[in-house]
Amino acid sequence: TLRRVRSVAFPTCLSLHPATSRGDALAPGAENYNSHDALRGNQTPLPAMPYGADSLSLDAVRGGARLPSGPRCGGLRQRRPRRPAGEPSRPSPPPRAWAPLEAPVGVWAPLASITLLSFASRFYRLCEPPHVCWDETHFGKMGSYYINRTFFFDVHPPLGKMLIGLAGYLSGYNGTFPFQKPGDRYGHHNYIGMRGFCAFLGSCLVPFAYLIVLELSKSLSAALLAASILIFDTGCITLSQYILLDPILMFFLMGAVLSMVKYNSCAVRPFSAPWWFWLSLTGVNLAGAIGVKFVGLFVVLLVGLNTVYDLWELLGDLSLSLVTLGKHLLARVFCLILLPLVLYTAQFAVHFAVLNKSGPGDGFFSSAFQSRLIGNNLHNVSVPEHLAYGSVITMKNLRMAGGYLHSHWHLYPEGVGARQQQVTAYLHKDLNNLWVIKKHDSNTDHLDPSCSVEFVRHGDVIRLEHKETSRNLHSHQHEAPMTRKHFQVTGYGINGTGDANDFWRIEVVGRKSGKRIKVLRSQIRLTHLATGCILGSSGKTLPKWGWEQVEVTCTPYVKETPNALWNVEDHINPKLPNISLDVLKPSFPEILLESHMVMIRGNSGLKPKENEVTSKPWHWPINYQGLRFSGVNETDYRVYLLGNPVVWWLNLVTIGLYLLMATCTIVAIKRGAQLTVEFKELSEVLLHSGGKIMLGWLLHYLPFFMMGRVLYFHHYFPAMLFSSMLTGITWDTLLKFCAGCLSCSMGKRVYTYGMLALMLLIVYSFYLFHPLSYGMVGPMASDPNSPMAGLRWLESWEF
Amino acid sequence: MLGFLKQPVVVTAEINMNLVALTVMGLVNRLWALSYPRAVVFDEVYYGQFVSLYMKRIFFVDDSGPPFGHMLLAFGGYLGGFDGNFLWNRIGAEYSMNVPVWSLRLLPALTGALCVPLAYQILVELHFSHCAAFGAALLILFENSLITQSRLMLLESVLIFFILLAILSYLKFYNLQKCSPFTAGWWFWLLLTGVACSCAVGVKYMGLFTYMLLLAIAGGHSWHLIGDQTLSNVSVLCHLLARGLALVVVPVAMYLSFFYVHLTVLYRSGPHDQIMTSAFQASLEGGLARITQGQPLEVAYGSQITLRNVLGKPVPCWLHSHKNTYPIRYENGRGSSHQQQVTCYPFKDVNNWWIVKDPGMQQLVVSNPPRPVRHGHIVQLVHGITTRYLNTHDVAAPLSPHSQEISCYIDYNISMPAQNLWRVEIVNRESDTDVWKTILSEVRFVHVNTSAVLKLSGASLPEWGYRQLEIIGEKLSKGHHQSMLWNVEEHRYGKSQEQKEREVELHSPTQADISKNLSFMARFTELQWKILTLKNEDTEHKYSSSPLDWITMDTNIAYWFHPISGAQIHLIGNILTWASANVATLVYVCLFLWYLLRRRRKICDIPEDAWRLWVSAGGLCVGGWAVNYLPFFMMEKTLFLYHYLPALTFQILLIPVVLQHLTDHLCRSQLPKNMFSALMVAWFSSIYLVYRTFSPLTYGEPTLSAAELRSLRWKDSWDILIRKH
Repeated sequence: TLRRVRSVAFPTCLSLHPATSRGDALAPGAENYNSHDALRGNQTPLPAMPYGADSLSLDAVRGGARLPSGPRCGGLRQRRPRRPAGEPSRPSPPPRAWAPLEAPVGVWAPLASITLLSFASRFYRLCEPPHVCWDETHFGKMGSYYINRTFFFDVHPPLGKMLIGLAGYLSGYNGTFPFQKPGDRYGHHNYIGMRGFCAFLGSCLVPFAYLIVLELSKSLSAALLAASILIFDTGCITLSQYILLDPILMFFLMGAVLSMVKYNSCAVRPFSAPWWFWLSLTGVNLAGAIGVKFVGLFVVLLVGLNTVYDLWELLGDLSLSLVTLGKHLLARVFCLILLPLVLYTAQFAVHFAVLNKSGPGDGFFSSAFQSRLIGNNLHNVSVPEHLAYGSVITMKNLRMAGGYLHSHWHLYPEGVGARQQQVTAYLHKDLNNLWVIKKHDSNTDHLDPSCSVEFVRHGDVIRLEHKETSRNLHSHQHEAPMTRKHFQVTGYGINGTGDANDFWRIEVVGRKSGKRIKVLRSQIRLTHLATGCILGSSGKTLPKWGWEQVEVTCTPYVKETPNALWNVEDHINPKLPNISLDVLKPSFPEILLESHMVMIRGNSGLKPKENEVTSKPWHWPINYQGLRFSGVNETDYRVYLLGNPVVWWLNLVTIGLYLLMATCTIVAIKRGAQLTVEFKELSEVLLHSGGKIMLGWLLHYLPFFMMGRVLYFHHYFPAMLFSSMLTGITWDTLLKFCAGCLSCSMGKRVYTYGMLALMLLIVYSFYLFHPLSYGMVGPMASDPNSPMAGLRWLESWEF
Repeated sequence: MLGFLKQPVVVTAEINMNLVALTVMGLVNRLWALSYPRAVVFDEVYYGQFVSLYMKRIFFVDDSGPPFGHMLLAFGGYLGGFDGNFLWNRIGAEYSMNVPVWSLRLLPALTGALCVPLAYQILVELHFSHCAAFGAALLILFENSLITQSRLMLLESVLIFFILLAILSYLKFYNLQKCSPFTAGWWFWLLLTGVACSCAVGVKYMGLFTYMLLLAIAGGHSWHLIGDQTLSNVSVLCHLLARGLALVVVPVAMYLSFFYVHLTVLYRSGPHDQIMTSAFQASLEGGLARITQGQPLEVAYGSQITLRNVLGKPVPCWLHSHKNTYPIRYENGRGSSHQQQVTCYPFKDVNNWWIVKDPGMQQLVVSNPPRPVRHGHIVQLVHGITTRYLNTHDVAAPLSPHSQEISCYIDYNISMPAQNLWRVEIVNRESDTDVWKTILSEVRFVHVNTSAVLKLSGASLPEWGYRQLEIIGEKLSKGHHQSMLWNVEEHRYGKSQEQKEREVELHSPTQADISKNLSFMARFTELQWKILTLKNEDTEHKYSSSPLDWITMDTNIAYWFHPISGAQIHLIGNILTWASANVATLVYVCLFLWYLLRRRRKICDIPEDAWRLWVSAGGLCVGGWAVNYLPFFMMEKTLFLYHYLPALTFQILLIPVVLQHLTDHLCRSQLPKNMFSALMVAWFSSIYLVYRTFSPLTYGEPTLSAAELRSLRWKDSWDILIRKH
């Protein structure tokens, strides 16, 4: 069979390339590994051979063996630039203390067992508790929206929620559960499908981490250590068991890192099928990560930096022609930039195609956008076409995510301009958005049947009366509350009687005088007659006194921006016939841009309130405080999102340890210390592979220090994945260093026992803390009868 | 014996006339008519108040930066004999005769003038020609915005001076490193680098950016040193230690010393006392210290106390109650317990007094000897004036419906029993049996029945609560937050048994005697923390701008306007210099990338030396520009054009670097070189012309007519004040 043939063929190839640990352990195929182990048993030093010959013959062997096409490219990972042609390959290293540990164990068997463990730990008690937990109330609800095809607004991109919706749909959930607040019982509704989907993706993280570490460090025990940390971390388990975006995000994130690492390993055979496969898979995963949450940008950055480094190395390789370089560049541009962009856009296309019914998110979007939605009052709208005096209207600002012109029975507080009624822009549909158009000089009731209809024309001077409070839209030379360079806009007058500052000239952009004004289509500008300023919305959020609505100002700087343009959205005038208007449908790029602007605004609006206790980024790595997922009282089924403290503190210590080791190594190398081949390889793994993971950790952690929005503990979990992988690599390297310094048998024992001790520690701590994830019932931890008694090591933990 | 007489005594002096000339020009340029206008110009109104406070030794907190800059300005005032009596309330107000305007403005002007020779010297140390160095100095000399900023009582020119000084001394040090390490000169320049860095940081936190850049550069150089295998391990270690000492330890020590001086000089209580904790206030002369002097230290059963919230946000306030009750129904229809309101009140008031009572005893006076309250004890808090008990129950708070309402219990004889037991938890205790101490102890009150914690929510109540701050019982105490902590501020042992007597006692001032001395480090930590976290209500200023406007100078700031003559001072740069600086940056970055990529392919367009020079000079100038500019995009505070000036200085230094590189390496033959020189002359003359054109707006004189002003409005976005007649 093919299998046999290859196991015969491989020793030939490997014997040409003697056992450098990088060269062999990489092979993801168990056959390669075993065949090589067989070779290692001999440990015969082989004659040095020129590199050119060895790569040639390897190709020949590969060709002869007819490798099946697929994601496979272990074998040889030597990248060309690092070993100039002509240099002889290294002689075989002396026998190593730790080698025997790896030798008899394959790669697939551990992979299978950790996968099994991972799935078991994530799916155990998946349906408990049978009520809505924490953010399930948001994401479950949004999943339901997809099933019901109702339009909504959220600050995250749509992919994660779409997948949740899809999982729910496939598993027979009909989208009728309201997901109102945490603690609501699911009853007969089928929620297991959605939880199971998230748990499935969450379980995949463990094998991913295993493969990444294996690929980077070539050490089975490092990979096992990293995997067991993730399996037995209560935080990762809890986060994977509910309907949340995080497992989905982390799945794509780790997928991206894994495929990046894999395609880096294929660097010796660029443009081969596996190379293309992994490269484009990286792109696909990037699109997935960023499509779930914008935090996915950090992994894009990681892959980006890695690619830049890669290209830089290629550029320094003078044996490559410029044409080849161009090909490399284009391949990366195509797979890592264009492909993700296309996929990302495609997600939005699906999002907009699926959600075609009006829902709670309408008001955040422009009139044109809303007209797409079935059930919205703008869908197949039929209103009076031209504005007339006496019409009741709503006015929508044309800037992205601009609100409706709004006023309410509240005054500007003292010290903020004149103490008159507030005028704001409001994103929701509301009765207080209604205004009546009146003539500036008369207060007649135009709706009186005896009056004839008089249309508003371009250039007319009008007065806008707020329907609910009967105050006029007014401006004067007081500073606006936020934008101090602009004038304040207020509601003024009693029952429509105000002063000359209530007069506005209504103009349509690009229109000559005397023409009527159309609903929805006309872009209207309101110029204040007395000061010459223009009514606009600055987009800034007012403080608490303004109910956190958006500021409306009158700007003296006459600029043609959408901030200062409005359109009429609703139009009620019983005296005019309703005409069906086919509103200009926006094109897809316009919708895409608009929804992004709305999301960005929404995200920056999530500011913590004064005196609110919020989670700080420095809390996270020290596992300072968790999140209550479910249950408060003693009788409740309580789940508490908290990392396994032993694991997390081990991770924390490891980061320090890594920095120390890396510094020592790098200084030693810089000082020209003579390292043995063995130590050189170890330091290579430590600096190069560990560095990549460390960079990942930094990129997923540090930016949170600069974020102004509300932060939660679970934001740390992507960084925690990197930190766990780093722990695997660092301890493995450290133990190997120690073992290398000792005699052979002694070193072997140190290495084996060290690894075993670490793993046992992790398993035991999981045994202690597992109720955090799998539910605690009964007295709180402060009570000595509780199962968690004595485990509340920090006072800030609340279980 | 007298051998030295045989030789003549020779003193050789080498004077670089370039430097002298530049210094003189700088001084003339910056100091000319310095005391004009005799009126408060722009931010002088802000810094001036601090100078006055320094003169009067009154303590203040300024969130805009560390105190060294203010101290330097105050030093000017001290030299001029300023007594601090001037009301800094309005831009444009005329100075009274007692304000020594000239000496107040002298220091910024001097430092501004010295930037000119510093720029020259920096380019020389970077191994550029004297011609290029002279050019750089001239560009700084004729930069209108730098002139405006240095001629007033502002801190930017001082900051720029220290930044440039730090750069120069590092370059000097680095050049000495090659030939003579560990000599006196070497030490001098190394230490001066550290000192200048700490001064820059001490003037404004912006200095931190340059400090980081210098540390990075020094780190890079040290890395090469480590790789230098001709040096022994010991000498490498010595080199690294010396750098660590001079560039880290010395600046930190200097920085602390600024605060030490600040706290020593300002010993009187003043307007910002309330921001600080009670302990800090008690360390100042007057103010709280006068009241708290002689208070009993240990809180005992029967003590009369006022409780201050430790957070002090949104305003510092004291636990308060008054006769009024919560409305039966709130606006939104929710119900209340209709019991007596408990609020947090930002002013001293007799209603802030509470009495600590032992639940087991009836008496409200302190027994003899006093029984102190310890951590974990259970107490009742009785409101002094109304003698009602502090209480909480399962009723939603008025504005925070997720928390419990706090009230003073009124027995309506309905099924709502009093729940008025509170456990005292001292958070900063040393042992579990610590006594509750006045001012020093930060205490959490945990409700015994519901384990709710007494907390300041930060919201202010509507009219019915007199807009005082809401107090709630937080059920789920999420960790520790300062809004849940309280400390006793005023304290005395209660003596009067009867309510009437007690009221008289409560109204009388406290008396007794203890003093609390905080260590310097404790005071420093607190002040530093307050400076960093104090948030002023930042609203947009008329002349504030966004960082994007700065590169192209789309904005200016009107600093001063004479109400009668119409003379005005603006912060407006030499637009030609700004444009050239942008072009230079662009050219540099493009050329750098081009060289870099080609060198990677082993194609060397310029010799190795020139490349190294190109990298080091560019790294310094472009790096300096980037670190002083880009961080502003992430800042949320109000930004002004003058924040760009340090970055601009670095950008200006880059212009001659790029020009010299172009002449040396890209103009190969004689003809283009000549043409280039001619161009240079024309360009420099136009820069001078622009400087002359705008100098009326820089110096505030002569007064221009409306037509002239209009002609100066080269960009539509410039706001030049033209009066309408």
